[in-house]
Amino acid sequence: MTLCLSGGVGKGKRTGKSMIRDITIGQYYPGDSPIHRLDPRVKLFGTLIYIISLFIFKGVAAFVLAAIFLVAAIKLSGVPFFYMVKGLKAIVVLMVITGLFHLFFTQGTPLVSFGALTVTREGLKNAALMLVRLALLIIGTSLMTLTTTPNQLTDGLEKSLAPLSKIGIPVHEIAMMMSIALRFIPILIEETDKIMKAQAARGADFESGNIFRKVKAMIPLLIPLFVSAFRRANDLALAMEARCYRGGAGRTKMKPLCYRKCDYAAYAVLFLYLASMIALRFVWIRMSVFLEW
Amino acid sequence: MSIILDKVNYVYGAGTAYEAQALKNVSLKIEDGEFIGLIGHTGSGKSTLIQHLNGLIRAASGGIYYNGEDIYDRDYDMRGLRSKVGLVFQYPEHQLFETTIFEDVCFGPLNQGLSKKEAGVRAFEALNCVGIPEELYYQSPFDLSGGQKRRVAIAGVLAMKPEVLILDEPTAGLDPGGRDEILDQIAKMHREQGITVLLVSHCMEDIAKYVGRIIVMNQGEVLFDGAPEKVFEHYRELEAIGLGAPSVTNFLHGLLERGLPVNARAITVEAAKHEILEMIAERKRR
Ligand SMILES: Nc1ncnc2c1ncn2[C@@H]1O[C@H](COP(=O)(O)OP(=O)(O)OP(=O)(O)O)[C@@H](O)[C@H]1O
Ligand SMILES: [Mg+2]
Repeated sequence: MTLCLSGGVGKGKRTGKSMIRDITIGQYYPGDSPIHRLDPRVKLFGTLIYIISLFIFKGVAAFVLAAIFLVAAIKLSGVPFFYMVKGLKAIVVLMVITGLFHLFFTQGTPLVSFGALTVTREGLKNAALMLVRLALLIIGTSLMTLTTTPNQLTDGLEKSLAPLSKIGIPVHEIAMMMSIALRFIPILIEETDKIMKAQAARGADFESGNIFRKVKAMIPLLIPLFVSAFRRANDLALAMEARCYRGGAGRTKMKPLCYRKCDYAAYAVLFLYLASMIALRFVWIRMSVFLEW
Repeated sequence: MSIILDKVNYVYGAGTAYEAQALKNVSLKIEDGEFIGLIGHTGSGKSTLIQHLNGLIRAASGGIYYNGEDIYDRDYDMRGLRSKVGLVFQYPEHQLFETTIFEDVCFGPLNQGLSKKEAGVRAFEALNCVGIPEELYYQSPFDLSGGQKRRVAIAGVLAMKPEVLILDEPTAGLDPGGRDEILDQIAKMHREQGITVLLVSHCMEDIAKYVGRIIVMNQGEVLFDGAPEKVFEHYRELEAIGLGAPSVTNFLHGLLERGLPVNARAITVEAAKHEILEMIAERKRR
């Protein structure tokens, strides 16, 4: 959304909020693809397997396979590729720093040096690997969050972690808090937007001045925001109690999660992926032994 | 002095999965001193449209000219525009934040650069105008009833003495008494101070008796624009988009359809009564 709150002479647009909107993680992309329809537990477990596979397996072939797997899943999900990459924008800084660290601080055969900093062969390799790893990791998790509603996600988590409640961990309550928090994020963003506009209409200026003035200028925004957040929280608590909510014990679900055929098929595909990764690893070790030899 | 909108388009969430075109090629001219009702079904783009008028949101394409100046010019004084075009948001009571009602109403005038004293005078006038009793002035705005909060929030914009006053459903959720009181007050300010007023509503009856012109929005487009009697002639189309003319207008059209030669242009009960009596007298004479 374009918000031109800047008070006057050709100032830039606000960047703070558009940043919030650029983070793809946690944003659902509505659709009805096979990936969307999978049980959230499959997707959670699949993402976990995928992340682990990115970190324990080495070698170009493994990454090619991981990338192919991901691209196939994206294609199947029908989410435009552009959305996946949007998630990367938010961690570009992290990626650059990680890349530089690996580039300069890995011991090995020197390639070029800039003063005290030396780029080594191993450094270059490591940096490239790390970047690919991070990119695949973020895109992989984005795929999960883009195709799963926050509610499904917490349902999946709750059910997967249910055994933990035996040792006294309040799994249901944690899941409930998570889903409420997730639900409130877009509401609060919208509310912020509205109050900001309303105060701007009364001549408030959130941009100019030094840091103290800026902090002071936030008061007309923050107070109504907190008031409304508390009011909403209150209303919600009341509404939940009015419907006899008493926590997790003995509570049944309106849409209980249960595995269907396609979920088992997805598990099979995941298993196949994992098996080929393991196979690739042995082949790779063999090959490197062979090459060294 | 006027506001001109030239083929304004606006899209929410451009480039995301939730893209929604809220305004489509809206062109309007608002003259100085007019009292306009902006009507439309829920989600027809009324709130979106009025936020363009003081530059809070920027059109995706098209131009907006205030007194002949392009408000999207790089060096246009946007804050100046916001103090000339006062906008009371839908549910404005959620924007209150100060410790006392009086200080909250002073917020706008102080932002305009007025002295504390001048701002105080403005706040006093504005609160008086919306009918907040003086003993409440130094109470917390959060302790008021919903309707009182609404009045305080409206006063917060009135205190800025705008040339154009835009109110987004100022009476939503108020009791009939409070509704009439606020609308009467606004009509009085329009009469006495000659400010331009744009009143957003989705209820025809509410505004038919106050405004001199009605703009009907439907799905982001301007459907009708003209004097109330002219617009209500399209009562069938209005009904089709879920609005409907005031019931008196419907009633008169009903009489007309059943063959009674009544003038169906009346939009208030008094005018309708007059028309019907006229018609009966006419018949007797024959
Ligand atoms: N912040 C937003 N983000 C995305 N879409 C929005 C946003 N605000 C409004 N819309 C969409 O734009 C369209 C027009 O909304 P708008 O608020 O202008 O309607 P309205 O005529 O004021 O309705 P109401 O009578 O309910 O206030 C709607 O379809 C709505 O879903
Ligand atoms: Mg609205």
